[in-house]
Amino acid sequence: MATKSGRTIIATKERSWKTRLLRWESFLILIFILVNIMNASISPNYLSVSGLFTATSSFLEKAFIVLPMAYVLILGEIDISVGSTVALSAVIMSIAFGKGVPMGAALIICLLVGACCGLVNGLILTRFTELAPMIVTLGTQILFRGIAEILLGDQASGGLTTVTWFSNLYWGSIGPVPYMFIIFIICAVIFGLVLHKTTYGRRLYAIGSNRIASQYAGVSVQRIRLSVYILTGLFSAVTAIFLAARMGSTRSNIASGYEMEAISMVVLGGISSAGGKGNFPGAIISIFIIGFLRYGLGLINVSSQVMLVIIGALLVIAVMIPNLNLGRYFKRSRKQEA
Amino acid sequence: MKKRVLAVLLCVAMTSALLFGCGGSSDDSTGDSGTGESTAADGNAEAGGGTYALITKASGNPYNEKEAAGFEEAVAELGGTAIVKHPEKATAEDQITMINELVAQGVDSIAIAGNDFDALQPALTAAMEKGIKVSSVDSNVNTDSRQTFVNQAGNNEIGQTLMDAVLDISGGEGQWAILSATSQAANQNAWIESMKKVMEDDKYADLELVEVAYGDDEYQKSVDQTQALLQKYPDLKVICAPTTVGIMAAAKVLQDEGLSGTVKLTGLGLPSEMADYIGDDDDHSCPYMYLWNPIDVGYLSAYTSAALVSGDITGAGGETFSAGKLGEYTITEANDGGTEIIVGPPFKFDSSNIDEWKSVY
Amino acid sequence: MEKKFSLKKLAGSREMSLVIVLIILCAFVQFRSGSFLSAKVINDMFKNYSITMLLSLGMMCVLLIGGIDISIGSTIALSGMSMALLMRDSVISGTLTGFVIAVVTGAICGFVVSLVISKGKVPPIIATLGFMNIYRGITYLVSDSQWVAAYQIPETFKDFAQKKYLTFGLINNLITIMIVCYIIFFIVMKWTRTGRKIYAVGSNAEAAEVSGIKLDNIKMLVYTVMGALCGLAGAMWVSVYASAQGDMATSIEMDVIASCVIGGVSLSGGRGSVAGVFLGSLTMAIIGKTLPLIGVSQFWQSAIKGLIIIAAIIINVLAARMLDRNSLKGREM
Repeated sequence: MATKSGRTIIATKERSWKTRLLRWESFLILIFILVNIMNASISPNYLSVSGLFTATSSFLEKAFIVLPMAYVLILGEIDISVGSTVALSAVIMSIAFGKGVPMGAALIICLLVGACCGLVNGLILTRFTELAPMIVTLGTQILFRGIAEILLGDQASGGLTTVTWFSNLYWGSIGPVPYMFIIFIICAVIFGLVLHKTTYGRRLYAIGSNRIASQYAGVSVQRIRLSVYILTGLFSAVTAIFLAARMGSTRSNIASGYEMEAISMVVLGGISSAGGKGNFPGAIISIFIIGFLRYGLGLINVSSQVMLVIIGALLVIAVMIPNLNLGRYFKRSRKQEA
Repeated sequence: MKKRVLAVLLCVAMTSALLFGCGGSSDDSTGDSGTGESTAADGNAEAGGGTYALITKASGNPYNEKEAAGFEEAVAELGGTAIVKHPEKATAEDQITMINELVAQGVDSIAIAGNDFDALQPALTAAMEKGIKVSSVDSNVNTDSRQTFVNQAGNNEIGQTLMDAVLDISGGEGQWAILSATSQAANQNAWIESMKKVMEDDKYADLELVEVAYGDDEYQKSVDQTQALLQKYPDLKVICAPTTVGIMAAAKVLQDEGLSGTVKLTGLGLPSEMADYIGDDDDHSCPYMYLWNPIDVGYLSAYTSAALVSGDITGAGGETFSAGKLGEYTITEANDGGTEIIVGPPFKFDSSNIDEWKSVY
Repeated sequence: MEKKFSLKKLAGSREMSLVIVLIILCAFVQFRSGSFLSAKVINDMFKNYSITMLLSLGMMCVLLIGGIDISIGSTIALSGMSMALLMRDSVISGTLTGFVIAVVTGAICGFVVSLVISKGKVPPIIATLGFMNIYRGITYLVSDSQWVAAYQIPETFKDFAQKKYLTFGLINNLITIMIVCYIIFFIVMKWTRTGRKIYAVGSNAEAAEVSGIKLDNIKMLVYTVMGALCGLAGAMWVSVYASAQGDMATSIEMDVIASCVIGGVSLSGGRGSVAGVFLGSLTMAIIGKTLPLIGVSQFWQSAIKGLIIIAAIIINVLAARMLDRNSLKGREM
């Protein structure tokens, strides 16, 4: 019996090299290789190991949001308040630091604030289950950024460069490999394992496929949803930490537009916004695809406007191609979305 | 089975066509004066000229475009290669990414109109450590992040000029308000501070500054803010908008509401945008305004970068260098402890010269 | 079966709860600022927000079929900018021609999006997210990052937003356009088959398909109409602001969606009404207009707006629950 989920219930699974090759993830890896070939051929500066790792620094801090966003989308929901959560956590952290709180404690405060923001989202959504996540997170997006604006007004809260171990979180590295890269890979692996190998992960897919059925099957739907939103808030705070380390100061207008980028990366990775299907490695690969594509284009000084068109087109085409009538032959049948 | 293979091949073909095609067309889609963005092949410093980079505040703003045009013109005169980058949004994060990209390309100098006074410091110091000469232009960054600052007009001068304009237009006394851009813009805040300081003098004792409103350099917001100001302060006499977007919005609002007889406008504006609104009679809301030539600002910035790269100057106070058709310039001390180079005094636009200037910039 | 006009039913209806919220809001503002309820301020408010109110109509239809469109800002920019560029280069000069061109451009943009969504089977959020970027990029490229300034636009076109000639001197032109659109949509949604089909598709897409409604046609219609409205909005925008910028109408989509949702349109489709949308966008307009008026500091405005949106949707939900409970009670024998 075929289901919408990324895995069939049939006990035997074909693992021939052909099915592996024609999975979405292989397609993504192919695009990734293509992007790199293109970049290397038009830019002699591209293929330096240190350069490439430095390039990852420019997009990896956003990538931390992608990790829990994948969970959110698998649930079939959406969270567009993440950018504002980043801003708010960063602002509160740096205000706390400015008031004399030691940096380590300020970091904890940042994470707590992020988790609280996620908690707010989760509470509203689980208490009022009729509400669509889009609109609730739209409201909180405006609200959280508004709070950040009230707190900082038009000032910047700086001085974070004075704490060298904090700056090193972003700017430091072991050899050519930045710390952030290592931390990211560890987190990504953990997220991926949790999603694909634990009951929690399987429940996420279940809720995404059919919420009511999961509820009747005994899955504590609301609790899991709450946990996912808290997680999203928490990792937005992680992004805030790296962003603050990068800039050495914070303002209330940072991190705008991050939510759309994160959603693009997740969707490009094969995780459908309707919920219940997609694999985690896809999201990770697409982070690197978009990141390196941007970097490579930036190296040849393509204007940001052309980049807009390219990234937008890439997203639309990549999602559309499998659906064009050839979708019937694809392993996962994509149900029509309205 | 065949269709699946076909599907994958089609995707690959389309994607590569898209990517390669866009890679090739990048040359003509950026910049307007055609003095050439560097393609990757000659991205490294050439023996004859150098590679000079400019990062503006944001894309899609004519002021920044003109600045870039002046920059490119100067670099062409110098025989070098110009790279101009406009961040998509006026944020510091986008500029940091661009700084990193320029460092990776190995440019000789970076001139940047900072979106944030402090946030660019780590990125710019990293660039300077690699031997790249860094100067700020138009909107300043802190002293540790730059070697010098190309300032379009002295902050004090701008403050004085604008205050005098307000004094003159209002007839010596009355309420006035400021309509600014974003609350974080370093240049805006510097000019407002300067105006407030000038106002402490007795000459301006009868003028009352009722509010500083922020239009965020967005047209609609500026319109809303102007209307709110008019609503809240019925006795308002003058609005001073030291931002090209704000002044344009305010001018239109005043004329549309028929208030251009009672409330007047001045500030910093682009002649091309304000041409309709400048005049001496009651139909026009703005008797006169000021600005400088952004083309000259970009031009001077390029020559400054070149002088830094060639070692003619190090950015310390008192040094002099020559800047093409603009003549000789001396580096002076700036208010924040660093140094700056001032392009020139603000230029006045009124009904007598607006027609001549509106097509220039 | 008698149909009684029950006051309770009216009071419990979603629209009524909105009206109550609005009255409270207006009273509060009037109390704080004393100058709100004047003809001029209200006229100004309608004039400035006529564009958002107009767009909410199109967004309502999109939301009704269970879709979403976040590319409207970019479509507005593209249609407005294209028309303005043509005017700048003196290719066209009439007001009507300008409007027609903008509407057609917008409709084409909307049509492309609709193709991708219906034939390409891309989820609407993804498709419109991608096109938001694409159209915005094209806007910048087409205009070469320049703006079209006031003196480059014909006088008659700029006057359009200020004059009242469409109603022979009664109501401002822009407001007239908005009112006409509202009337048209009201009629279509309530009394034509197409309107019914839209509601049907939103309520239950499979049932609709089985009853013979062509899903793809409805989808294409809805997104194209949204695009056309965006084109109209683009022309109005250029007229009001007497200039065209590449970054105009950024982030207008969230305001429009918020208006619809406050007005009771459900994001999963099938529920919503023109009257509700009118009230919802009116609420947003009042918030936008009056916050600066009552002296709320600039930095508090976003937070308050966010709180109001959240409060409004929670009230909506509570009202709906109460309504359901009441109607359930009515069934008890």
